[in-house]
Amino acid sequence: MMAEAVNEKTAQIEGSELAHTELENNKNKTMVEEGSSLLRRLEISVAEAEKRTGKNTVNMQETFTVYLVETRPIDAMKEGHNPAPDSLWRRYSEFELLRNYLLVTYPYIVVPPLPEKRAEFVWHKLSADNMDPDFVERRRVGLENFLLRIASHSVLSNDKILYHFLTKEHGWKEAVYETGFQAKADSRIKALSATFRVKNPDKRFTEMRHYSDELQSITSHLLRVRARVADRLYGVYKVHGNYGRVFSEWSAIEKEMGDGLQSAGHHMDAYAASVDDILEEEEHYADQLKEYLFYAEALRAVCRKHELIQYELETASSDLISKKQQREELATGMVRTFSFKGMTNKLFGQESPEQREARLSLLEDQIVEGEETVKEKTLESQEYVKCAWVDIQRFKEQKDRDLREALISYAIMQISLCKKGIQVWSNAKECFQKM
Amino acid sequence: MSGTIGEPTGPPTQANAMAADISGQMLDLDEDEDLEVFSKKASLTDGSAFEFEEEDDSDCKDIFVTVDNPESHITAVETFITYRVLTKTTRSEFDSPEYEVRRRYQDFDWLRGKLEEAHPMLIVHPLPEKFVVKGMVERFNGDFIETRRKALHKFLNRIADHPILSCSEDFKVFLSAQVWELTSYKKQGPGFLSRMGETVRAVANSVRGVKNRPEEFAAIQMYVEAFSNKITNLDKVTQRIVKEQKEYMEELKEYAPSYTLWSGSEEELVGPLKGVASCIERCCKETEEQVNQLSDTLVPSLHEYALCSETLKAVLRRRDNIQAEFEAKNEALATRKVDQDALKEDIGKLEDRMELANSALKVDWSRWQRCMRGDLKTAFVSTAQKNVDYYEKCLAVWETFLVSQRTEGCEDADPDQLS
Repeated sequence: MMAEAVNEKTAQIEGSELAHTELENNKNKTMVEEGSSLLRRLEISVAEAEKRTGKNTVNMQETFTVYLVETRPIDAMKEGHNPAPDSLWRRYSEFELLRNYLLVTYPYIVVPPLPEKRAEFVWHKLSADNMDPDFVERRRVGLENFLLRIASHSVLSNDKILYHFLTKEHGWKEAVYETGFQAKADSRIKALSATFRVKNPDKRFTEMRHYSDELQSITSHLLRVRARVADRLYGVYKVHGNYGRVFSEWSAIEKEMGDGLQSAGHHMDAYAASVDDILEEEEHYADQLKEYLFYAEALRAVCRKHELIQYELETASSDLISKKQQREELATGMVRTFSFKGMTNKLFGQESPEQREARLSLLEDQIVEGEETVKEKTLESQEYVKCAWVDIQRFKEQKDRDLREALISYAIMQISLCKKGIQVWSNAKECFQKM
Repeated sequence: MSGTIGEPTGPPTQANAMAADISGQMLDLDEDEDLEVFSKKASLTDGSAFEFEEEDDSDCKDIFVTVDNPESHITAVETFITYRVLTKTTRSEFDSPEYEVRRRYQDFDWLRGKLEEAHPMLIVHPLPEKFVVKGMVERFNGDFIETRRKALHKFLNRIADHPILSCSEDFKVFLSAQVWELTSYKKQGPGFLSRMGETVRAVANSVRGVKNRPEEFAAIQMYVEAFSNKITNLDKVTQRIVKEQKEYMEELKEYAPSYTLWSGSEEELVGPLKGVASCIERCCKETEEQVNQLSDTLVPSLHEYALCSETLKAVLRRRDNIQAEFEAKNEALATRKVDQDALKEDIGKLEDRMELANSALKVDWSRWQRCMRGDLKTAFVSTAQKNVDYYEKCLAVWETFLVSQRTEGCEDADPDQLS
């Protein structure tokens, strides 16, 4: 799985103790240990990516990438067999659909994000082309990570649509639409962007929402600066390649210095070339930061949903109060609040007792309804707060763990970079000394 | 060591000055004072065979020169910088063992001109450039003055280390004369018009061109062309590296605070975030030092040799001119029905002059090559060492951070994986 994809990287990081693989294994382990049911039963991976062409919705030719989702029941492997995995092809838009479904169906869960749709935070040598093989590879890794996170989540992993997505290629889209999530999806989007004032939100959720905004702006700034740093580092290393060329040319006209210069030149070429691998590794680090940039959005959505529910509850409560007040006024005849009916009564005369009875009866019905609504909404809010807060806590711990590991792996990358630098320049120094 | 042997009567000419130089050199090698024997020897052997181990041995060094203490002088007419030139020597031709004088750039330029004039076949290293491309304002900038001071110091030391140039009277006066003494000394010597005459003759000869350039000088010519090209490229590449490093540093200066800013929003992550920020800051400082090394050591060295290439070309041109003049007279002998005897005498003198010039150049050429190899090797080795130091320091910084994170996270992680 992810461990395998990352094993190659370990070979390049010589001597570093807590290597990439170990970090990824730690992540996988904790994912499995967190009471996940699906990941315990099923091995999941996004093994390959392929280009396809086909007709799109407006009957135009398009090229797109499909990803191979492989699954293998863990039981089957334990018995000493090594069966071939089941597999099916999914494109990015299907992953998106899955995620949208989960967002709507489990609004109290901080749903893991997808890898970015388009390459952002690129520095000049990094391709912004979606078809670029490096981009596709990083996306493949990101999609696998996405599935693993979901499949190890105590709530999300039990979802039937998820299981269908992983195991049956055909009829999946229809099944998703059949859940009717689309209707809720539209209202969700509207609600998230609406402005409304909540009087008594749970302070913890307000704080979390502020944190999610901060996290978003901070990580996006950091990613932008990091990309610029990468760009500059690339420039420094690559210019040294010119040394290689000129030393080689110069060595041709020298007698005593020739050999020393020539070999020094080779080391300069090696130095210049080494930056490509260094920066490719750093893109993985950037991807880890990006995941949390996008996670911040998901966290924000969960907080906003609470505020929305709370707002609806407050609205329902205040509606109920106002209805009760109206009933009281109608019953006692005392007009405490201004009402249109009251006005017309004054102007055109009182209504008949029958009319009053009808209105009173209507109000009573509405009040009963309103009390139900308030009870429902209160329960909904309490349930939501309970479940959401549990998942927020889980998310918080996961984030602290993951980001700490990411920072450590960044340090390991820098150490590897330094070690390579020491080696190249020590070799070059030896060559210069032979000049 | 002063050239007293074979001192001619009459106005000093290039050839006589040459004789004085060569005889001085001769006393180093073998006691033979016979000039003719020497000149034949020189034409037979390859100049690079002469190894001057003695003067490169610092134990034998008997003159020490430093350039320091720049000071600004403001007069009604101009503002300029003077440098203190300190000399310590045991040489007998100096009246005192120590001298302290103040000199300005013009004075160094004058000295160089005089040395080239007196020793046209020797390679006199160039001075740092007169003006910086950016403009006059730069002249009084601290870094510029320091760079120039170092270059002037190197310039004088090269002369002091040269077996012939260090014996020059002009050099002695430069080091020892008070300012007013120097001014009056400068006023002596061949006037402007006679120098004009020399230049015109030189131009005329160069237009004529050399017909039978000896192979070794043809080889040197080709080498100098190629060397000039390579060194200039290396100079440019190094300056480009400096530029890229500086831009990298600027980005790092924004990068570290991003992590610090983030730490302000976190609880558990404060430690690692601040740690990474501090590591990046440290590395940024180390990068600054690395850039300084390049600017202070490698760039000036490469730049000096890039400028020196022009000096080399000029010396080769002067040698060619001497040969051209000789060839022209030879042709005249064959074609014109002039006073054959007088012409033959002229040709004889020119031939001697040419052979002395060739041997002087050959010897100094091999000396120059050795110095060049030594200088550039030193500069590149020092740069490589600095880079190793840079990476070692950064490595230590990140490893310390890593250790701190591991001990912090000991409770969480599996101890078996921390080995």
